[in-house]
Amino acid sequence: MTDTHAWLPPAILLTSLVPGVVIFFLGEQRHVLRTSLNLAGAMAKVILVAMMVWGVFHDRSYAWSVTLLPGLTLTFRADAMAAMFASLSTVLWLVTTIYAVGYLEGSPHRSRFFGFFSLCVTSTMGVALAGNLFTFFVCYELLTASTYPLVVHRGTEKALKGGRTYLAYAMSGGVALMVGMIWLQAIAGPVDFREGGSLAQLAVTHRSSLIAIFTLLIIGLGVKAALVPLHGWLPQAMVAPAPVSALLHAVAVVKAGAFGIVRVVYDVYGVHTADALGVKQALLAVAAFTVVYGSARAVFQDDLKKRLAFSTVSQVSYIVMGVAMVGATSTIGGIVHLVHQGIMKITLFLCAGNLAESLHVHAVSEMDGAGRLMPLTMGAFSVAALGMIGVPPAAGFISKWYLGLGALESGDAWVIGVLAASSLLNAVYFLPILYAAWFREPSAELAAARAAHAAEAPWALLGPPLATAAMTLLAGLFAGSPFSPLSWAALIAAREY
Amino acid sequence: MSDAVLLGAPVLLPLAAAVLAFAGGDRLRRGVTVALCAGLALAAALLAGAAWNRGVITHHVGGWLPPLGILLRADGLAVLMVIMNTAVGIAVSVFAAGYFGGHDEGHAAGPHGRTALFWPVWFMLWGALNALFLSGDVFNLYVTLELVGLSGVALISLAGTKAWPAAMRYLFVSLLASLSYLLGTALLYGQFGVLDLAGLGRAMADVPAARAAAALMFVGLAAKTALVPLHAWLPPAHAGAPAPVSAVLSALVIKGSFYLFLRLWFQVFPVLTPAVLAQAVGLFGSAAILWGSALALRQSRLKMVVAYSTVAQVGYLFLLFPLATGAAASVAPLAIAFHAVSHACAKAAMFMAAGGLMLAYGTDDIRALRGAAVQASAPALAFAIGAMVLIGLPPGGNFTAKWLLLSASIDTGQWWWIPVIAAGTLLASGYLFRVLTVFMESSGSAAPASAPRVSLAAPALVLAVAALLLALAAPAVTGVLERAPAVGLPALAGGPS
Amino acid sequence: MTPALLYGLSGALLVAIGLTGAIASRSLVRRILGFNVLGSGAFVIIIAFARRVAGPVPDPVSHALVLTGIVVTVSATAVALALAVRLGDEEDGRHE
Repeated sequence: MTDTHAWLPPAILLTSLVPGVVIFFLGEQRHVLRTSLNLAGAMAKVILVAMMVWGVFHDRSYAWSVTLLPGLTLTFRADAMAAMFASLSTVLWLVTTIYAVGYLEGSPHRSRFFGFFSLCVTSTMGVALAGNLFTFFVCYELLTASTYPLVVHRGTEKALKGGRTYLAYAMSGGVALMVGMIWLQAIAGPVDFREGGSLAQLAVTHRSSLIAIFTLLIIGLGVKAALVPLHGWLPQAMVAPAPVSALLHAVAVVKAGAFGIVRVVYDVYGVHTADALGVKQALLAVAAFTVVYGSARAVFQDDLKKRLAFSTVSQVSYIVMGVAMVGATSTIGGIVHLVHQGIMKITLFLCAGNLAESLHVHAVSEMDGAGRLMPLTMGAFSVAALGMIGVPPAAGFISKWYLGLGALESGDAWVIGVLAASSLLNAVYFLPILYAAWFREPSAELAAARAAHAAEAPWALLGPPLATAAMTLLAGLFAGSPFSPLSWAALIAAREY
Repeated sequence: MSDAVLLGAPVLLPLAAAVLAFAGGDRLRRGVTVALCAGLALAAALLAGAAWNRGVITHHVGGWLPPLGILLRADGLAVLMVIMNTAVGIAVSVFAAGYFGGHDEGHAAGPHGRTALFWPVWFMLWGALNALFLSGDVFNLYVTLELVGLSGVALISLAGTKAWPAAMRYLFVSLLASLSYLLGTALLYGQFGVLDLAGLGRAMADVPAARAAAALMFVGLAAKTALVPLHAWLPPAHAGAPAPVSAVLSALVIKGSFYLFLRLWFQVFPVLTPAVLAQAVGLFGSAAILWGSALALRQSRLKMVVAYSTVAQVGYLFLLFPLATGAAASVAPLAIAFHAVSHACAKAAMFMAAGGLMLAYGTDDIRALRGAAVQASAPALAFAIGAMVLIGLPPGGNFTAKWLLLSASIDTGQWWWIPVIAAGTLLASGYLFRVLTVFMESSGSAAPASAPRVSLAAPALVLAVAALLLALAAPAVTGVLERAPAVGLPALAGGPS
Repeated sequence: MTPALLYGLSGALLVAIGLTGAIASRSLVRRILGFNVLGSGAFVIIIAFARRVAGPVPDPVSHALVLTGIVVTVSATAVALALAVRLGDEEDGRHE
């Protein structure tokens, strides 16, 4: 069966791979060429992904594969889940690229940075478009390799230490994932991602093996998805420059882990098989614990980026919770939160970067009166924060609503308690920030900063968070329309069940 | 193209070049090197093409039949080894031309100085290795083993006074091992009256003479391959040798004796190798992985880290023997091919990069190389890519080999090798990222004494990237192995046996 | 005791002597000598096997092997001695 559109997935990968490789060889001074390459690649990717989304919506298939060895086939396929993750990554990559160009203005080693930046996005696209576990694993490991130089970009003692921690976790996770994957392949043959899963037969005969494999896979994926207790690297990786943090949390690394968990539960094991094996309940428990633990730790962090990091730890597990409950509604809630959390979190991180750059504000305790000085930035921050808490009509409310409904539907009503507790904690760690920024008088340092120079961030740094904040509102307000994340998630859930 | 030319060219061309290089002056030497590289590339391509089309190629030199005559035989595995030899050899030659041309580690390079002697001896080694890979009878293999060993010793001692004790030790180990092998050959000939590998395989029986021969030959070859605990000669040899020599030693010379071990195990002695012995060999391999990695973690010189890494990587090769049984029997030729070729390319790249760094910074103490990622980015990048390949990043050849080994472990139920392979991966990332972290350090880095030359880094980069993309060449590798299957080596699934 | 057996046993004895010398000696030259004796022992064993062929003419292959082997051993000895001389010079130089 030849697929006339088989060129699309590799083309999407190439739009960031080629600029990435070229940028490595550019001299530091060629910033015009470098920026043009970056933006051209990002635009091209947006166009191609839009084509792909349109096609998937109309039930067209895009698949490209090459067999390396018996049992080792690289397959890139665009199904509904792939389309969703790919579009999230593409749009947010464009946003982050614009931001990064402005943020790193004048800092050293930009060619190296943007080279690895592009490789990181290529790997993320590969993760999104992977059609089987092997391809997923290859791109997952390439993601680790391309993000490490980004984390240690500044080269300081702290950066290197953060990078070491990141590596230790990521490599261990990679080994667990590899062993689990090979074991599964030994029992079940090459594992393609198929909606509904493909292991129903084997669940009867190889029950304990499948449970052990599931555990290994989740450990491997849970490192990137920051499931407790595998989350330790995330707060440490905050030493990276703001665009990198944004990328790690919203677009690439954490999402790749969560996406992997979604794929494993839905497209490898299948919802009902996972339920029958009893692993879903365990996953749900771990995710619920992470949600509460992450929120609780966030309350006690004074460093803004660390607070946001623990918030990510908590929020990503919403996705896992949604996946771990049986029922279409919770599925929708979990999957749509993949997108919503991405948009909201990236807004928060980009604003945090602005605060650090313009006002040298790194800690929550320094944020008094920041809203007066940087109203647009704090405005975007506030929208995203309210979304995180779950205030309508921001996107976060939609996700929590569906998750709550789904909990009732699947009989895990205690999850509602978890959701409520987490929302409460979110309020506890976000509202004081908003209060301090808007309603308190600027501290002496901030006033001096205001006197020193124009406080609001330049447009390159301001546009992106404003855009993503707007997306947060739009995703919530227009959730009912056909191409909203919510409708797409419903489509995925329909195809899954 | 007659078989004699096909099989003889890879052996005779380098020997002729060696004579010319010794007799002639500088300009002749340069011309000879270029001609040799081109000639060998052509010869390897023709040989591969012939094997692809016609299957196994054999030739009795001079028309003399065995056991008196020399049998040359090119099957799939031999062809792959010759290709590996040619590729790495050309890269090392290009590198050495630049390395010795400029400045050679503080020794005066007169017209017949040591650097001038490098070329004839290196060409001899090259030719001897080709002869080893292409030989089909046990005694000629002894001759080629000795040739390889003696050339290797001569190359190591080129570095001058500080390398002589290590060269002497290597010479003793090499001589003892060769003589052990010779005794084995004598016993085999006395018992069975044949010398060619295929004939010996057919005639083999479980008699005391054969057992003694097996023991002598295996131990001797293991010593030459630096398998723990017979590895002690390798690190000091690397410590003193110049970078191109180290590259050849770790990448190629060791592969030669391992190749022989493999041939004997599968082709000549299969009736004598019970599972117990295979497990014991695997145990030594595991010890090599763990011990070599542990020692690598403690080294302060870059070249020594890479040298101990070789000791560890050799262990993976020997893990193959317990795993190539039963359901996973077809793993053997594939895993060997991938690991041997990938390790050769990556290791040579790393040594060449280390050499480039040494020239630029004047030392290879790791602490002195801070910030190399920025100031000597070409060699640092080559080193980094090579390191990632060795750690097992997909789609590299080492990753493919690890995958095959892990699959075989599960398929044959020998799950105890899995923790060893996992530990090896993690330890390798430990000792290699330790170096990469120093490269990325930005504070307090002193600029290198002289600017690193890109021409020195280019061959390293090419080899490293080739190793990284090796899995993508898997269909070609499998094809060669299937079309020219090796007698006695387990047939690939689905191929002609 | 046939001549072949006698040769074989002497070969084994030479191997043993050579091995001991190669491993246990202190001086470099003695060790090289040990290797030579070891090699010679192996060759004698091969020659001994020449007699296993029936008929008046001994097996030529064994002799061919030994001839090749002698050449290889000579080269190896040359390399070893060259290194040993240089190492010896080094030591003398240091003690001077």
